[in-house]
Amino acid sequence: MVDAIIKVDGLWFAYKEDEYVLQNIDIQFDDKPTAIVGQNGAGKTTFVKVLKGLLKPSKGDVWIAGTNTKETTVAQLSKIIGLVFQNPSDQMFKSKVIDEVMFGPLNIWKDKKDKNFAYEQSIKALKIVELDNRLEEHPYDLTLSERKLLCLASIIAMDPKIIILDEPTIAQDRFSTRKLAEIIKELIKDGKVILTITHDMDFVAENFERTVIFYQGRVLDDGPTEKVLSNEENVVTAHLELPNLVKLAKALDFKTTPLTIDDFVEGFSTYKKAEG
Amino acid sequence: MGDVSTKISIEHLTYKYPFAKNVSLEDITLSIDAGQSIGIIGRNGAGKSTLCYVLSGLIPRFFHGKITGKVTIDGEDVPTMPLEKLIRKVGLVLQNPFSQISGAKMTVYEEVAFGLENLGIEKDEMHERIDTVLRQFDLYKKKDENPFELSGGQLQRLAIASVLVLKPEILILDEPTSQLDPRGTTEVFETISQLKTLGITILIVEHKFEKLVEYVDKIALLHEGKLLGYDTAEHIFSTSEIETYGVGQPIYTALCKRMGLKKANGYYPVSFGETVALLNGLKGSGMDRRTYNG
Repeated sequence: MVDAIIKVDGLWFAYKEDEYVLQNIDIQFDDKPTAIVGQNGAGKTTFVKVLKGLLKPSKGDVWIAGTNTKETTVAQLSKIIGLVFQNPSDQMFKSKVIDEVMFGPLNIWKDKKDKNFAYEQSIKALKIVELDNRLEEHPYDLTLSERKLLCLASIIAMDPKIIILDEPTIAQDRFSTRKLAEIIKELIKDGKVILTITHDMDFVAENFERTVIFYQGRVLDDGPTEKVLSNEENVVTAHLELPNLVKLAKALDFKTTPLTIDDFVEGFSTYKKAEG
Repeated sequence: MGDVSTKISIEHLTYKYPFAKNVSLEDITLSIDAGQSIGIIGRNGAGKSTLCYVLSGLIPRFFHGKITGKVTIDGEDVPTMPLEKLIRKVGLVLQNPFSQISGAKMTVYEEVAFGLENLGIEKDEMHERIDTVLRQFDLYKKKDENPFELSGGQLQRLAIASVLVLKPEILILDEPTSQLDPRGTTEVFETISQLKTLGITILIVEHKFEKLVEYVDKIALLHEGKLLGYDTAEHIFSTSEIETYGVGQPIYTALCKRMGLKKANGYYPVSFGETVALLNGLKGSGMDRRTYNG
């Protein structure tokens, strides 16, 4: 596939010798917004750490925009691929919001040594997550949900083509989850490739074109979200649940798989006509 | 003092953290009967965790600040109740499992034993209780592992197990499923429903409303430190203001509001079952599309 910005070939990964948490994964990603789902411990976080180059494959290869991750450095990869950690404390260490966000740009464009550029990039990123009025605050004075957005801004500021979010909806209230969905849409419009690990199946249904199910270190299913989430057997095997609207549609014997309220209303009206 | 069945009584509770500009809880009044389960909802920063801290005694024992009003459990004042008495009454599962784990214990088994050791429970009973909760939370195979080597989901189950093993009369859970996959979430809620049959009073902070409404008797809606509603889920989510608080609603309620569909009692459905019943009824009624496509 020419369009693949991420190419994974026969990937195996083990933290301890011969205990493979990723097993023979072949997968490619283009610019479609993609959700990676699976039970706790299925290998999702390990997988994205391998993509980001933080972990090197035990066997197999990963190419990011044509570069094999074995033949480059994490710093080089940071210009192309950003990973927003699940737990903000794993990512933050500065005492001001603005410094936290500027750290990445200042370091990956060391050659430019242009502080103004780093500042502008950071303000732009903070605007996207609506934290641009909190520049002087201590990151730990922000709420957990704001800290997660701050971590996202730190990645956006480095302007990578690919942004991976690990469980962005954890600890977010519904309002913040909606805001996050809007931010993701904006990033997609901006040409970013978005991969998101999540357990929130309604969030998957509403926001991602493609869904990949991980199960015990392997890819159990992969395809358009509508198709993947209509296969209840796989979803249940992977310790997941159908999105609430899909569950409802199944209970009512819909022929379609509605991913949004609009889909559902539409599906319900055609289905009623067929009944009548 | 409340009547016999009142387990928790809160009257005009106001609380401000030290050095905070604003109060985190403002004039909260509510009472909870023994054996009831209550969902606490609201946006981040609404005061949900703070309320949990007051009821479990962390406020004012650990977090100082200014507290006014009256909080009682079984008629006894919570802020001044002897701690050894309070910890037998109330168990709190913190939002972040990393904060819950003692950090002093090398294995999952010892971690669960920690609270029991402090209560001076007999050895045989201790082992029996620990084995039971570890099995209940699918952690038995992990009993010899270091808590910090567990996954987020396992750690969250460990946090719940180490509180439940103390057999509290009141269990407070602050977003107990945030790190869990859908099956793990369902398992936690099923455990909660078992605990309910044992007569335990349960308070649970949760954003997964579709699940929450299946298990709680009432919902307390907090917004900017104030209690804006304390009622059944259908009352809380049927109000038109609910959307202005940004708190969200069950997706089933949002769907039925969109379709203009109410139950016979005039409220919107909140749960899966109610919605299926309503839509199934509509299917057979021969209603015109316009009547629900509002």
